[in-house]
Amino acid sequence: MSTWLGPAEWEAVALSLRVALLATMASLPFGIAVAYILARFRFPGHGLLNGLVHLPLILPPVVTGYLLLISFGPQAPLGAALEAVGLGVAFRWTGAALAAAIMAFPLMVRAIRLSLEAVDPKLEEAASTLGASQLRVFATITLPLMAPGILTGIILAFAKAMGEFGATITFVSNIPGQTRTVPSAIYAFLQVPGGEGAAWRLVMVSVGIAMAALLVSEVLARRVARRIGGRDA
Amino acid sequence: MLEVRIRHAFPGFALDVAFDAPAGVTALFGQSGAGKTTVVKALSGVLKADHARILIDGGVLEDTAKGVRLPVSKRRIGYVFQEPRLFPHMSVAANLHYGMGAGDIGPVVEMLGIGDLLARRPHALSGGEAQRVAIGRALLSRPRLLLLDEPLAALDDARKAEILPYLERLRDEAGVPILYVSHSVAEIARLATTLVAMEAGRVVRVGPAAEVLSDPDVVPVLGVREAGALITARVVAHHDDGLTELAASGGMFWLPRVAASIGAMVRVRIEAQDVMLARVRPEGISALNVLPVEVMAVRGGSGPGVIVQCRAGEDVLLARVTRRSAEAMGLSSGWRGFAVVKSVAVASGNVGG
Repeated sequence: MSTWLGPAEWEAVALSLRVALLATMASLPFGIAVAYILARFRFPGHGLLNGLVHLPLILPPVVTGYLLLISFGPQAPLGAALEAVGLGVAFRWTGAALAAAIMAFPLMVRAIRLSLEAVDPKLEEAASTLGASQLRVFATITLPLMAPGILTGIILAFAKAMGEFGATITFVSNIPGQTRTVPSAIYAFLQVPGGEGAAWRLVMVSVGIAMAALLVSEVLARRVARRIGGRDA
Repeated sequence: MLEVRIRHAFPGFALDVAFDAPAGVTALFGQSGAGKTTVVKALSGVLKADHARILIDGGVLEDTAKGVRLPVSKRRIGYVFQEPRLFPHMSVAANLHYGMGAGDIGPVVEMLGIGDLLARRPHALSGGEAQRVAIGRALLSRPRLLLLDEPLAALDDARKAEILPYLERLRDEAGVPILYVSHSVAEIARLATTLVAMEAGRVVRVGPAAEVLSDPDVVPVLGVREAGALITARVVAHHDDGLTELAASGGMFWLPRVAASIGAMVRVRIEAQDVMLARVRPEGISALNVLPVEVMAVRGGSGPGVIVQCRAGEDVLLARVTRRSAEAMGLSSGWRGFAVVKSVAVASGNVGG
């Protein structure tokens, strides 16, 4: 593959995988927590939180990217503070991951929330009458039963993170090796004469990764479904 | 001993109950909407009652006056719901172990006859099997009280008949006090030692099951069609024609084959509408069971029927007759005559050990 892809292309693919993986895994705990709060609790500000989570889905990605830039840029207080402790994200691959995570977050939360709403609270009630603490109920009943939604959320978020372009390029620019993910690279190759070949190869890689992710999720989903309530595994 | 005082107000419904339940099976009985489920929910802690004082064997589960309210998971009440609520992602064995951790499930598995199901998943169980597993799961969590909330309501008659014997074993062998919620008089007559009758959010009567069931004042709560007294009898013989001969304190009588060995004591529920009264011992009739009785009380309602409570030996029978007949025959306290019970009218489901 590395002989077929040029070093710059290979770099973009590896970076994209790294960015998408970090974005998905780092946002997963938050995704589960927010989905749980939105699905199980009613409180003042419920609608606001829900709207906030979904905002990146509706806003133009460039706007999201710009908002990130003015919050996490080196000149912003938050960005400067993170920079001071060595966690700066501006114009770094971690910044690309942050942009991707925020753009993918609504999709992840939606999928997890749907599966959580399908979990019968009566089962959790039964578990607590059997002496299980709330934490144990969540870990042994709720979490396993919402596994299909978590899986769907991960796949959706990963795919979205792989393809994120607008917010990323606005927030962390298009720096080769740092923030030039596959979509940014395709865009860059299309800007220069003779770049169509490289762009075309990256398009094929993108399609390949997307197909593979879908296939893996399909297999895993079937296995999880069987464990939860299908035939005896 | 279970001590319960609960007050709770919903919009349009107020619950105010107080009762003590001794060891054995206490049945919480009432029509739909009487507040039974609210009581069990408050007992288990799933519902936070406005005012409650709940003690089991002197241990406080809840005392709102003192600000004590144990969380659901600390109450150690084995709650069996109408639906089994088995965890679908676990095997039957894992479900059984959920509330107890490691340990021996053998005796309970044997008692409930679920040994062949252990490796299965809940979805592969029939309704009756699943409910037995749910009962076992609750029992294995070492509860101080077993709460059965209409555990048979969602099952058809065949499945009910399949589970009832296990509930009887549970009562006789498990050694855990049981609170059994039901609106089926037949189930209660078969299982309960103590009966708590509820109506419109209040307790209208508490007492030994046989006593409460033979009280004509409780008939409106049970429903006229469901009314019927409990009598205790000893199995004397199984005859070749399919009938079982029983000896009650008021005389001998015959029922379709009873599944109990000779010498065993059984309790038989005789529905009030299957009992006829006669002034002289009737002859040449098809009904086999004729017992001499003395009327204790006659209770009329708004309808054309009355409920007659009469003594047969040491047992009490209820008969449902028309007001017209009661007046024509001069039925009143002290009247002596005969009760006629069609033996085929006593359903086998009403015979319990």
